[in-house]
Amino acid sequence: MEKDVILKVENISKQYRLGTLGTGTITHDVNRWWHLIRGKEDPYLKIGEINDRSTKGSSEYVWALKDISFEVKKGEILGIIGKNGAGKSTLLKILSKVTGPTTGAIKSKGRIASLLEVGTGFHPEMTGRENIFLNGAILGMTKKEIQSKLDEIISFSGCERYIDTPVKRYSSGMTVRLAFAVAAFLEPDILVVDEVLAVGDAEFQKKAIGKMQDISSTDGRTVLFVSHNMAAVKNLCSRGVVLGNGRTLFSGDIDSAVNFYLKNTKSVKKYKNNKTTKLNYIAEVFISDINGKSILNSLKKKKEYFLNFILDLNKVEGVKFGTTLISEMNEPIISFPFEEEFKKTSKYHLKIKLPTTILKGGSYFVEAALWNAGEVYDKSEEYISFDLLGDSKLEKSGEKIKGIVLNKEEWLTKNI
Amino acid sequence: MQKDKWLFEITPKNNLLDLNLKEVWQYRDLLMLFVKRDVVTLYKQTILGPLWYLIQPLFTSIVFTLIFNKIANISTGGIPPFLFNLAGVTSWNYFKECLTGTSDTFKKNQAIFGKVYFPRIIMPMSTVISNLIKFGIQFLIFLCFYLYYVFDGSEVRPNNLILTYPLVLLCMAMLGLGAGMIISSMVTKYRDLTFLVSFGVQLLMYVSLVSLPYSLFEKNNLAWAVDFNPVAHIVEYSRYVLLGEGTVSQFGVIYTLVFSVVIFLFGILVFNKTEKSFIDTI
Repeated sequence: MEKDVILKVENISKQYRLGTLGTGTITHDVNRWWHLIRGKEDPYLKIGEINDRSTKGSSEYVWALKDISFEVKKGEILGIIGKNGAGKSTLLKILSKVTGPTTGAIKSKGRIASLLEVGTGFHPEMTGRENIFLNGAILGMTKKEIQSKLDEIISFSGCERYIDTPVKRYSSGMTVRLAFAVAAFLEPDILVVDEVLAVGDAEFQKKAIGKMQDISSTDGRTVLFVSHNMAAVKNLCSRGVVLGNGRTLFSGDIDSAVNFYLKNTKSVKKYKNNKTTKLNYIAEVFISDINGKSILNSLKKKKEYFLNFILDLNKVEGVKFGTTLISEMNEPIISFPFEEEFKKTSKYHLKIKLPTTILKGGSYFVEAALWNAGEVYDKSEEYISFDLLGDSKLEKSGEKIKGIVLNKEEWLTKNI
Repeated sequence: MQKDKWLFEITPKNNLLDLNLKEVWQYRDLLMLFVKRDVVTLYKQTILGPLWYLIQPLFTSIVFTLIFNKIANISTGGIPPFLFNLAGVTSWNYFKECLTGTSDTFKKNQAIFGKVYFPRIIMPMSTVISNLIKFGIQFLIFLCFYLYYVFDGSEVRPNNLILTYPLVLLCMAMLGLGAGMIISSMVTKYRDLTFLVSFGVQLLMYVSLVSLPYSLFEKNNLAWAVDFNPVAHIVEYSRYVLLGEGTVSQFGVIYTLVFSVVIFLFGILVFNKTEKSFIDTI
């Protein structure tokens, strides 16, 4: 029904200029202005390129978003998914009016509030109470609204004792709690939540996600949720929009959207060394399945995968090799030292099984190095990366698992 | 089918003079909270606290009196030199604070502007208002000295035109805010202006009649140097209405009024145009 539509995004595009701003900028500005006064179109709008971060382009203008359109109905939780650089944050920025679109329009029937980051505008010299008012007002509440919710906000934050102390004396955790308490009592018609919000301790995350569910289920308000966490998206949202390189790739019910995303985002890349200046020691890195076929989409937990390295030792002797998986949060997860000695042959194909059973769902980077007694022949922290789909019940519910790896042993249960 | 009613639209372009006063009004509490923040936090954790509001103009006036009137022997007519300077410094300070306070609006607040939306003009407006409070305090101290000199038998008397003094303040606010908004908008892309402001304001002070009377410029055939400076007219005019001495011309008054309004409107125009996408270029 047309009537229920609360937010309508029509052909939103956003262009960015790459590189640094300097003396060159003014010539473009003059040129643009010259076109404008002659009633012509902005010349730089035509030369924008698809925003693909990894390929080198010829134009310094890129489209961070290109012709994005969708509608959101009242009370719906819409998930916006896409890889890094797909345009999610830009879209959120435009929705929350932080920056304007280059072309297109967004029409809304309700107040939009965004939780791009909590605690914006906190002043360290002011007390907790003063900051509640200031922060609330920045987020769009009136003084009266804040006054009526003040007690609730303070008790939700759990900072009663410190409420009349300047915020600079707070621990960082207390600042976040206070900030989130203010945000939690916002009552917008449409709430825009970025995943960035979910950075923080487990308790905070749980509160944030719980609050979002409350907002839409009990109050019937609309939520736009942006995330990489497929499990959380699947759990929370009813519909999804998949963005890729600034374009809408898919829009529909959440299950199909997530499936589409997983199938179509090539989350595993093959690494092939094509440096010409250096000898290729680690020549190729890729992931293969049990049959040796190289894999380019997301990994599923139930299957077996292998990490492959093609090494070219270039006749150096006594070298050591090792590889480590690094998590998204940049923690080293598990190392695979190579303990055998390299023989005379200078080319090797090393293969090791990925311990998918103990890995949590998420993105991983593969670090590898070839060295000998302090001399590093070849090393990179990010030869390739891959996505692993989490399948435990806990992960699917969007809860955060604290451990770095998962247990693969079984519980022994007995009724007593 | 009935046409949908939208609460608001987000589009790339907005009307040039779309001040969106309704929205500013909705955010009036925020405006007052920012004012409160500025006033309260400025001198936190200082020993003298708000006394700094007074020390700065008093000492400036004392130094000016020593240099310009005692050493350089510049005559201030029948007015005690210290009062002459204090009147000039108090007025000039308000303009200066408005200008420098608003001229880095976008740069100073990019963290907060990058995260949440509220009418951006709230920020410079709050600066102008909190400076008004500061001005009020400084004006009170001026009044104290004023009364002292009156009882001491000096020939200072306010003019009938004293009633127009609020208008003088308005003019200064418009001028400072307007110029500040223009500069802050341009600074988002080209940082050069930041350097200009810091030393330009200093230079401007010398041709703004803060410590020199208009008659002195006239005597040296340098009137042209101040005639086109609206701030000079404002400072001279305010001294005229407060102390009863000064050179006020019809040209000066009209020129200043028109100039202030034009700068102010132009400032809003430029500011409005910038606020939508400055976050991409800053």
